[in-house]
Amino acid sequence: MIRLLVVLTAVLFAAPSMAASTSTPEDLKDLYFGEALYWAFQGNWFESIARLDSELGQHYGLDDPKLDSLFNHINLAEFAVGDFELAYRMHHRAGRAFKAVIEGEVDEQVRNEAIFRLARIYFQKDQPENALHAVESISGAVPPEIRDDLAFLRAQIFMANGHFSRAAHILKELQGAKSLEGFTTYNLGIALIKGGNEQEGRRQLDRTGQLNSDSRSTLAIRDKSNLVLGYKLLEENNPEGAREVLDRVRLSGPFSNRALLGSGWADASRDRFERALAPWSILIEREITDPAVQEALLAVPYAYGKLNVYGRAALMYARALEAFGEEVDKLGASVISIREGKFLRALVREELKQDANWVVKLRNLPETPETFYLLDLMASHDFQESLKNYLDLEELRRKLMTWDGDLDAFEEIIEQRRRYYQPLLPEIDRAFRQLDSRMRLRIEQRDRIRKRLQAMLTAPRPDFLATAEERILKKEIEQLEQALGVDGDAASPEIKARIRRLQGVLDWNIYTEYDQRLTDAHRNLGALNDLVDMLKNQYIAFVRTRQAATQSYEGYDQVIRRQRIRIQAARKKVGELMARQGRMLEIMAVNELTRRRERLEEFQIKARFALAESYDRATKAQARGGAEQ
Amino acid sequence: MFKVLRVIFLGISMLLLTLSGFAEEVSKEQIKGLDEQVQEIKTDVLGIAAELSLLEEKLLYPSHTQVAVFLSLAEKEDFRLDSIEIRMDDKPVAHHLYSFKELEALRKGGVQRIHTDNIRTGEHDLQVILLGKTRGGADFTRMENFLIQKGVGPLFVEISLAHQSISMKNW
Repeated sequence: MIRLLVVLTAVLFAAPSMAASTSTPEDLKDLYFGEALYWAFQGNWFESIARLDSELGQHYGLDDPKLDSLFNHINLAEFAVGDFELAYRMHHRAGRAFKAVIEGEVDEQVRNEAIFRLARIYFQKDQPENALHAVESISGAVPPEIRDDLAFLRAQIFMANGHFSRAAHILKELQGAKSLEGFTTYNLGIALIKGGNEQEGRRQLDRTGQLNSDSRSTLAIRDKSNLVLGYKLLEENNPEGAREVLDRVRLSGPFSNRALLGSGWADASRDRFERALAPWSILIEREITDPAVQEALLAVPYAYGKLNVYGRAALMYARALEAFGEEVDKLGASVISIREGKFLRALVREELKQDANWVVKLRNLPETPETFYLLDLMASHDFQESLKNYLDLEELRRKLMTWDGDLDAFEEIIEQRRRYYQPLLPEIDRAFRQLDSRMRLRIEQRDRIRKRLQAMLTAPRPDFLATAEERILKKEIEQLEQALGVDGDAASPEIKARIRRLQGVLDWNIYTEYDQRLTDAHRNLGALNDLVDMLKNQYIAFVRTRQAATQSYEGYDQVIRRQRIRIQAARKKVGELMARQGRMLEIMAVNELTRRRERLEEFQIKARFALAESYDRATKAQARGGAEQ
Repeated sequence: MFKVLRVIFLGISMLLLTLSGFAEEVSKEQIKGLDEQVQEIKTDVLGIAAELSLLEEKLLYPSHTQVAVFLSLAEKEDFRLDSIEIRMDDKPVAHHLYSFKELEALRKGGVQRIHTDNIRTGEHDLQVILLGKTRGGADFTRMENFLIQKGVGPLFVEISLAHQSISMKNW
């Protein structure tokens, strides 16, 4: 019964995998949000969170966030950051992000989706009561795309809280959900059994075990269902039923070894040892590290013994003993390898991360432990989480190391800029000051002219618009008058008349051309304004470039110093955590290997006894045969 | 012999109980406690990353000279993007070969920042060269030239790739 409970507990929360579910908005308005999604879609959570955090920080730092392009996706971005944090296993921060959405002024669907995600966090973190509290606060409309997932999560949470009949009720309603095919019937079976409705529960497991599907996850849950039901029947001494169910398990699936072993025992318990030998013989040719294969190595000679083929049984026991001996040695070497730190060093090797088949690759590396013995352990939630944390810490360690180097490079860049700009700037500043004063002078002149022209619109002053030549001529005439004493008697009337005529010609021109000259002056002022504007732009560009030159090497010292301190503190902390996390992984792995070795050593003892007994019986049988002859 | 059978049966239980034993030396509380500390250090390092990113942008790509080129796939495109080359003012500035993951990320609507640089204000040539495969497996190359105008503020350019065309949008 204990065995059954263990099986049930192990499969109680069987569910399809949950990954970050954020998708791209239909009309993307913010490139940096798109970039965060680009990293997230590759499973690069650190980069995606870092990008989105910066984007959100800048958004909320604006005076008017509504003008920011992220404003168009702000709810989705808030959601996404929580989603990515969840995927990066930062449950605390993810929870805070979703709570912020829930407490904000959002519409019902958005709020309910946030509660769904929050409940999922609680559920994943083994806090079923909090998860229940969260899902029970969902009310009103739910986004259609999460409706099935929410119902399934609700059922799982009810099961975790022991409300099996409520869970079963939901799971019955969910039977049509294609994306959850197999998982709903399987969990319904478990919920019914746990809720006391044994027969109906078995019927559901049986139904799951006969599903037809192309989906790998559905096929896996189908096998799992058959295995659970098969062992349940075996436990209850119903070998016939057990065999029928176990034989449905695919021969190539992850549960096939256990199914073959169980199928053999189903026959053996009915004394059909010849039939039992069929699945067991397949099994003993498989990977020796699998516990079911190791058991089969004992089960096969046991069956031969029962069939009175003692010689064959003795040979098979001898083969098992040899295999167990090799495996015990291998396990011993693996424990030593782990204790020497080779397991951890191998786990963080870059080439392994690129390969989905990394367990096999890891196995092939020299002096690493026999990873096939760790498969069950590696599949466990605690080991997985610890391993992911270790790998995340390794990633952080590498980043921090790189950043430390980046700071060195930044300081070098700053120093080079300082060396380049500092000697140049005093001369540039001197030249700039000269140009600046000339520019101010010209602008003042322009302003004076503008004012004067403005005034001339109401009080005409033709003399202001005399040309330079006219002014010279006017001056010369004045000088001539003074020299000749035009007002006195020195000049003859004829000369006086000529001078007045010249004066008249000049005044005539100045007065008659005044309107045109005024128009021209305004046009010229406009052109001057354009030039002044150009000058101002150049001035601004210069000031900006001048500032940029200074800013390119000044004001960074404190920031870099602070960053360096933070990085060094983080490196120290990461180092400590890696050591602790690594130690934890090593303990888990060593414990697992030790347990498997102890089990094999027990098998060795039993095999030795059985071998001796088989030899004894074989010898007796031979002697009997000889005597009869 | 029945004892042997019991031992073997016991093995099945052992198989299923393999994960319960280590709790003696690595407790759930230890795992949880360490996990929380890992979460805290992740928060710290993300904080450093954010500040470092601002520092890097200010130091290496000041806003008045900054140009950033982003890349996206047009909707419903099913061609396989093999590589992209970006040339600015006739100089190659970025070249990228796409992995399966990157291509999928683009197909899902992600946007890749492929190039960040400093350029002077004024007009610049931007050339995009795409190498890919059609759905049928035929190789194809596409090339497009654009003129970009750099003002005093940072310039963000999005290149949208399609099998038939490459388009550009200024942000």
